[in-house]
Amino acid sequence: MIMGESLLQYDFILRGVLGCLFASITAGIAGTYIVSKRIVFLSGGITHASFGGIGIGYFAGINPVTGAAAFGILSGIGIEYLSGKQKIREDSAIGILWAFGMAIGIIFIYLTPGYAPNLMSYLFGSILLVTKADLISLGILSVVLIAYFSIFYRTILYISFDENYARTYSRHVDFFKYLTTSLIALTIVLNIRMAGVVLVLSLLTLPPNIAMLFTKNYSSIMKGAVISGFIGTSIGYVFSWFTGIPAGAAIVFALVIIWLFANFFTSLKVKKI
Amino acid sequence: MNTLVELKSVTAGYGQKIVLEDVDFVISEKDFIGVIGPNGGGKTTLLKIILGMLKPFKGEVIYNDEFLKRNNIGYLPQMSLVDLSFPLTVKDIILSGLMMHKKVYGGMDRKDKERVLNIIRELGLEGFEKATLAELSGGQIQRVFLGRALIGNPKLLLLDEPDNFVDSSFENEFYIKLHEFNKRMAILIASHDVGTISAHVKSFACVNRRLHYHPSPEITEEQLSAYECPIQLITHGRVPHTVLGKHE
Repeated sequence: MIMGESLLQYDFILRGVLGCLFASITAGIAGTYIVSKRIVFLSGGITHASFGGIGIGYFAGINPVTGAAAFGILSGIGIEYLSGKQKIREDSAIGILWAFGMAIGIIFIYLTPGYAPNLMSYLFGSILLVTKADLISLGILSVVLIAYFSIFYRTILYISFDENYARTYSRHVDFFKYLTTSLIALTIVLNIRMAGVVLVLSLLTLPPNIAMLFTKNYSSIMKGAVISGFIGTSIGYVFSWFTGIPAGAAIVFALVIIWLFANFFTSLKVKKI
Repeated sequence: MNTLVELKSVTAGYGQKIVLEDVDFVISEKDFIGVIGPNGGGKTTLLKIILGMLKPFKGEVIYNDEFLKRNNIGYLPQMSLVDLSFPLTVKDIILSGLMMHKKVYGGMDRKDKERVLNIIRELGLEGFEKATLAELSGGQIQRVFLGRALIGNPKLLLLDEPDNFVDSSFENEFYIKLHEFNKRMAILIASHDVGTISAHVKSFACVNRRLHYHPSPEITEEQLSAYECPIQLITHGRVPHTVLGKHE
């Protein structure tokens, strides 16, 4: 009996630690890309559009995460493509997609007969409900992102800094742009389980912003974002476990506190000099 | 002088729109050519054709492989729309000029890092290796992009409106540098302001849909109007004076 209980507890803690670790790796790497390329709003669009996929997934009886992933990747690539054409106002397009995705999601969840799924867990996230399958896919994505960003580091970085110049030496600019956007969309979708549709964006933007207070070097920002993300999500997770507050909210709260502290700390340092 | 690249009856543009028509043009070693013409006349398009970024509708671009490979061209774009606060250091930005010699994967080696330090020294950017563009002045930013164009040791350097973002304090120094570079590479400099470049280039190419080559640095208003090249003209002399060319 006691053995069983402690095993259960062990499983719970392990799940939490792995969840926090994978979330901070994926969100830290993708977040650094998003923040430095100033596409936070685009990422918000992807996040909310993917909610449409969740709704359709429920309605059609397929895994909602699969639906969300398809919606997220397609909307990300779609926005990139349209903004490259320069015939459309990018921010308006994102705003429309943002609301449209949410509307589709709500409509299909409403139309789904029988048990209404726990909307709250998708909107605000719940580490406590993260499944083994979620963890495995986040773990695989972590490995893929680390490999992708280390092997193609300079290619990705230089395209994101100056796309037009990159076109003078490379024929692969569009390929890498769309591939990176797809991986960002996947990161967002898989982290929705952790932090929820409404709050996942801050999981991506806060850690790089904390790291940027200390360094201007892209790869150091990535590492710093992963570390500060891990600290923030862990604190939030523990807090959420003891108080029952939704994990997403607890994590964002912890990250904002860290960000405020970091700001205070760096401002002290500047004054000394 | 050996020919580096030759354009043969090149017609080019974007979509349905023709910007350059039936252009013949030869660039040889040690050339220092000013590409002049009105805005929208096709200067940038010409550079993109030479660079191989844009495929011509008609005609051909022939590189003399013995002296110039396509990846041996340095390029300074018109004030690019880069985000100055992007977290990328001066050193890394200059290193990106080597990407045309690199595979899409992998990093830079020690030789590359030595090269970047040499370029930084040559352009007087010491102390800014780890700075981002947001911490630099306009002239310094231009030098960083010039460094990016130079680090690959190009045989041909293409400069698109470099005076757009140069600060006047650096202008003189900039052209002195270009004369130095000209000893080891051909230079093509596009500008809508003949005045600034006429004192430095060896010859002119006037681009306004068609291209007229003018093999000496002296160029008169009559010649320009004959070329239908309505641009500002400054004639030579100890004290340069401005004459405004007639518009079409």
